[in-house]
Amino acid sequence: MISLAWKNLWRNKNRTAITMAAVFFAVILSVFTTSLKDGIFDNLVKNVVSFYTGYIQVRKKGYWDEQVLDNSMAYNEKVNAPLLSIENVSGGTPRLETFGLISTNKNTKGCMVVGIDPEKENLVTSLKDKIIKGSYLADGDKGVLLSEGLADRIKAEINDTVYLIGQGYHGATAAGMFEVKGLLRFGSPELNNQIIYLSLPAAAELFSAEGLSTSLVVSLKNPKALKESVDAIQQKISSEYEVMSWETMIPDVKQHIESDTRSMKYIQGILYLLVSFGIFGTLLMMMVERKYELGMLVAIGMNKTKLSLIIIIESVLTVMGGCLLGLLASIPIIYYFNKKPLVMGGEIAVIYERFGFEAVFPTSTNAAIFYNQGFTVLIIGLLLSLYPVYKIIILDPTTSMKR
Amino acid sequence: MNDIVIDTHNISRVYNPTTIPVYAIKNLHLHIRRGEFTALVGPSGSGKTTLLNLIGGLDKPDEGQIVINGTDITKLSPGKLIDFRLHNIGFVFQSFNLIPVLTARENAEFIMLLQGISKNERDERIKQLFRQVDLEEQIERRPSELSGGQQQRVAVARALASKPQFILADEPTANLDSKSASNLLDIMNKLNKEENITFLFSTHDQRVIDRARRVITLVDGQIASDTEPIMTSYAH
Repeated sequence: MISLAWKNLWRNKNRTAITMAAVFFAVILSVFTTSLKDGIFDNLVKNVVSFYTGYIQVRKKGYWDEQVLDNSMAYNEKVNAPLLSIENVSGGTPRLETFGLISTNKNTKGCMVVGIDPEKENLVTSLKDKIIKGSYLADGDKGVLLSEGLADRIKAEINDTVYLIGQGYHGATAAGMFEVKGLLRFGSPELNNQIIYLSLPAAAELFSAEGLSTSLVVSLKNPKALKESVDAIQQKISSEYEVMSWETMIPDVKQHIESDTRSMKYIQGILYLLVSFGIFGTLLMMMVERKYELGMLVAIGMNKTKLSLIIIIESVLTVMGGCLLGLLASIPIIYYFNKKPLVMGGEIAVIYERFGFEAVFPTSTNAAIFYNQGFTVLIIGLLLSLYPVYKIIILDPTTSMKR
Repeated sequence: MNDIVIDTHNISRVYNPTTIPVYAIKNLHLHIRRGEFTALVGPSGSGKTTLLNLIGGLDKPDEGQIVINGTDITKLSPGKLIDFRLHNIGFVFQSFNLIPVLTARENAEFIMLLQGISKNERDERIKQLFRQVDLEEQIERRPSELSGGQQQRVAVARALASKPQFILADEPTANLDSKSASNLLDIMNKLNKEENITFLFSTHDQRVIDRARRVITLVDGQIASDTEPIMTSYAH
């Protein structure tokens, strides 16, 4: 039967080629759209995490509503150790954040001052990678890192001295001079125009906040298990702390991902529908073309189960062939757009900048996308091959063999 | 002696039974004995093909019984009927109807594969069949590489492959030139005489009618005339 099915495929090469082409392009389109969707969202989440928030933050209860130094928490190993015992937590880094004024001899500007543990921060947000000029901070460094846009606005260069003024813990006056060690570039214009980093000890000294931090940024081994990790952390630590995921901290990004996922589902639904029509069309063509022959086979004594099996084997071979070729062809395409992402302009770029990100759309190379999409198209093909099976079940040889 | 292979009892086949009934076959009685070489003749629309379809189990009568070698096929389920056809009836169609992707040998072997016959037995039978239809040289050719006459001889080999009770042939020479038709008739005649194979065929072809040993004429779904069979093979 397999041999007969195989030979049948080569009998009408055009028909087989058309069916395989329908599946081939369907798989490529399907893999590409899914990969692009996942790539965009993965990139978005990566941006969110690496740009600033991290996956999860632990703060003192009340800080979210009133983000001032007075709502900071004591940071020590008593807070950190329980978190690290959670399986999915890979690390944590403390931050001391507040707003202040930054000046050079030429300009003054409002800014967000962030005290960090340089080494730990780099592990969580890859901050070092954003250095475009100068060097990264060392532990206990007295220098600062300026975001590129901010440096530009206050006309500061590497090795220049900048002045920071603000309000410290419990109303203390904060003022200090710092050397610019490096410049950072963020995709988010919001961050790029206002952020300044200094080491945690330097920040604590500036704001009279020794041993305090406003947040503990937690990094995860498996970012997909976000909710479970938030729950696990909340259970481990005292109720005087609040635990928030990036989804809670930046709800508009999450909503954007959700609404885009819904839209993509409709697009994919339409795509699958087109694929179905493509395959179904060739199946219809095949049934019309082979009506007489199928009637003859039943007439001479081939039972309908075996005949159906032959048609199913033909469909499986055709759809699988198209699927495999489609998957093979999609691999270089997906990898190409992963290495050279699509860069959007116009309105899309404006929308993404509103969220604080560049409109750069890489594809995802997650192997599961290839399996899933290939499998989905295969299932569609197999389900559609039930139509010829149905036609065989109701086939009447005398009617089929009428010329 | 119960040598009756085909026995139809008062069969009728009616089209449009609820509106304007048209009798394709009406109250027909027919007995075909083993070894007969029978031609079914009559004008177009007389019911020849319908009768062959009914006897071949491809269609069911609205009334009456069709008994093939002791089995009432009108009582068989569709699935069992297919199986019955596989083991008991050989078909030769007007337009050959070979499977185009298979060679001549594979076409004949196909039926035996469906019957679950072992490879050795298949090979032996294939050799014998193609010798009988005089196509030993063309055994590995595909239908598209054979002439019409050769294709029809492969169809006869295929019909014989299952060792059926009888062979039904619907206008077997209609698409053949006179030489091929004559050749085919020689082979069918020889098989009938030497192997005692029963043939029942519908035809318009006078050459076939002339060589048939029984001629049944159908008119309006009823037997208008039936010559006495001249039994040349089964009697000896």
